[in-house]
Amino acid sequence: MTAPALVEVRDLVTHFTRRAGLLGTRRETVQAVNGVSLDVARRETLGLVGESGCGKTTLGRTVLRLVERTAGTVRFDGEDVFTLGSEALRHLRRRMQIIFQDPYASLNPRMSIGRAVREGIEVHHLASGREAERRVAALLEEVGLSADATRRYPHEFSGGQRQRAGIARALAVEPEFIVCDEPVSALDVSVQAQVLNLLADLQARRGLSYLFISHDLAVIRHIAPRVAVMYVGRIVEEGPSEAIYAKALHPYTQALLSAVPVLDPKTRRPRIVLAGEPPSPVRPPAGCPFHPRCQHPAKDEACRTARPELRALEPGHRVACHKADA
Amino acid sequence: MSAPAPAPTPRGPLLEIRDLTVLFTGPDGVARAVDGVDLAVGEGETVGLVGESGCGKSVTALAVLRLVEPPGHIAHGSSVRLEGRDLLALGAKEIRAVRGNHVALVFQEPLSALNPVLTIGAQIAEAIRAHEHVSRSTARWRAVEMLTAVGIPDAARHAAAYPHQLSGGMRQRALIAMALVCHPKLLLADEPTTALDVTIQAEILELLDDLQRRLGMAVLLITHNLGIVAERTRRVYVMYAGQIVEEAATEQLFARASHPYTEGLMGAVPSLEERRQRLRSVPGQVPPATAWPAGCRFHPRCRYAWEQCRTEMPELLDVAPGHKARCWLVQEPHRRERQ
Repeated sequence: MTAPALVEVRDLVTHFTRRAGLLGTRRETVQAVNGVSLDVARRETLGLVGESGCGKTTLGRTVLRLVERTAGTVRFDGEDVFTLGSEALRHLRRRMQIIFQDPYASLNPRMSIGRAVREGIEVHHLASGREAERRVAALLEEVGLSADATRRYPHEFSGGQRQRAGIARALAVEPEFIVCDEPVSALDVSVQAQVLNLLADLQARRGLSYLFISHDLAVIRHIAPRVAVMYVGRIVEEGPSEAIYAKALHPYTQALLSAVPVLDPKTRRPRIVLAGEPPSPVRPPAGCPFHPRCQHPAKDEACRTARPELRALEPGHRVACHKADA
Repeated sequence: MSAPAPAPTPRGPLLEIRDLTVLFTGPDGVARAVDGVDLAVGEGETVGLVGESGCGKSVTALAVLRLVEPPGHIAHGSSVRLEGRDLLALGAKEIRAVRGNHVALVFQEPLSALNPVLTIGAQIAEAIRAHEHVSRSTARWRAVEMLTAVGIPDAARHAAAYPHQLSGGMRQRALIAMALVCHPKLLLADEPTTALDVTIQAEILELLDDLQRRLGMAVLLITHNLGIVAERTRRVYVMYAGQIVEEAATEQLFARASHPYTEGLMGAVPSLEERRQRLRSVPGQVPPATAWPAGCRFHPRCRYAWEQCRTEMPELLDVAPGHKARCWLVQEPHRRERQ
């Protein structure tokens, strides 16, 4: 290991209870995140990919302590996020931000874009008066919004412009780390490309670190040099994107990649069709979480009973599978 | 079959849309959501209709079945023919007989298309009995059979389930079962897999392919996903701002996209195979339907646009046999090279 990571997640577990049953009287425990360890280095983008319900959004929110953990640790620049007092946490919060899929979630509909961006600057005493105003204008320009955006309200914007406003709001407090939770999933293809290019530019200019969460494997490939694949609350494969997209080692990653349509009518990738649907995070399977759907020819009793740990099969490329080999 | 739009076959195409215009009247004026669309689908053919939100692709599908609701209406002069029969001239009772029986529709969000208080089995049986004189028990039996055909395990048990008790993938399968139970000749599939995870999406698309082959059904596949278009269609129409801007055989479109919008879309999609340094985004955004730009509607976002583009709307011009693009570059290709 070289320099310590900016964000260091160790054995993180996040469970929560929800009401279930017809009358909502029964309670069940959702094991959303079930023992995740990962690092995000400074100036790095780590892609986190998985299908709906795999726990990737809960993981992102737990890292920022927007959700309380059940067990494990998160360190940001060496500080334990979960043991900080409220004042210290407030200071830390300035350094870690989040961008949502639906920017409405982070923008107050009754607040003009200018005020929304300015709010963070003032809460954290970064500037006031004229100086704050000047910063807001510079931020809006940096994310590609016109100067008159400052007086307008979220509903007056298109989806792409709203996402730009959400990004400006996150940047206002000069964070070092941003959790990007499906930031382009609701956008049209042509606008999605604009926002992805913007996020890449901002990273280069400001030296940001991203945890980039998405269900879209092509988007992750584009934005993240390193990727972690999540399935039922666990990381099942992690490594350099080049390696994983060229030769995935976990059977789930292989199936996931095989399902993405190829942008070329003349080629067709052999498809691995998975049986059934992902298991419920309320009752994750024993052993390997993927074993009920796994088609690995060597699948055996160990897969059904023993949980595979992540192990490095190639430098920096780790896989949680008993049967995988490089 | 993959004949180009003005098919010279004696019987003509299965579905032939000519000059379809759908207007919406609102406080901001009249929106030409669909504006002069010509589109054809041959028997058994899979045709893609691709475009981004607000381009009019869904309204086109709704108009085929006359499901456009006020304040929207289909303009005079529009024509939609199914096997030569003008659907726009049919009476209310006749068009109801066409819906589901000859032409079926599958939406993106199955929950809004399914009745929440009826079991899946009962809804499918009801769909059968709306079009065919069969007994209740025969209809029930066929519903279960159809649920099995779309890959729902333990179909008899799932037929007794309510929509909310099924997963997203299962609901979409149930909706497809309901759409196909009367063996329609044409399926209008509007973003049928957009709300689903990629592994489930692959399964549903395989299923549609398989059913199409077995039933000899034609499919108009409406999507924003170019990967799905590449993989599943033989011919494709690209829509922008209410108009068809390009049409071609799918291979031809991917080899030689001619409209700058199509070209832009293809440059904007991240690829799984190679990492591009930078995505070539299309600048700006789709204008509102109440204010389509003059001239070529794409000109404000087009990197090649010149004076003519700002004032004169191009027709669909022939690029090659079966390949058309609504762009002046077809006539002045040297302007593309200069960029």
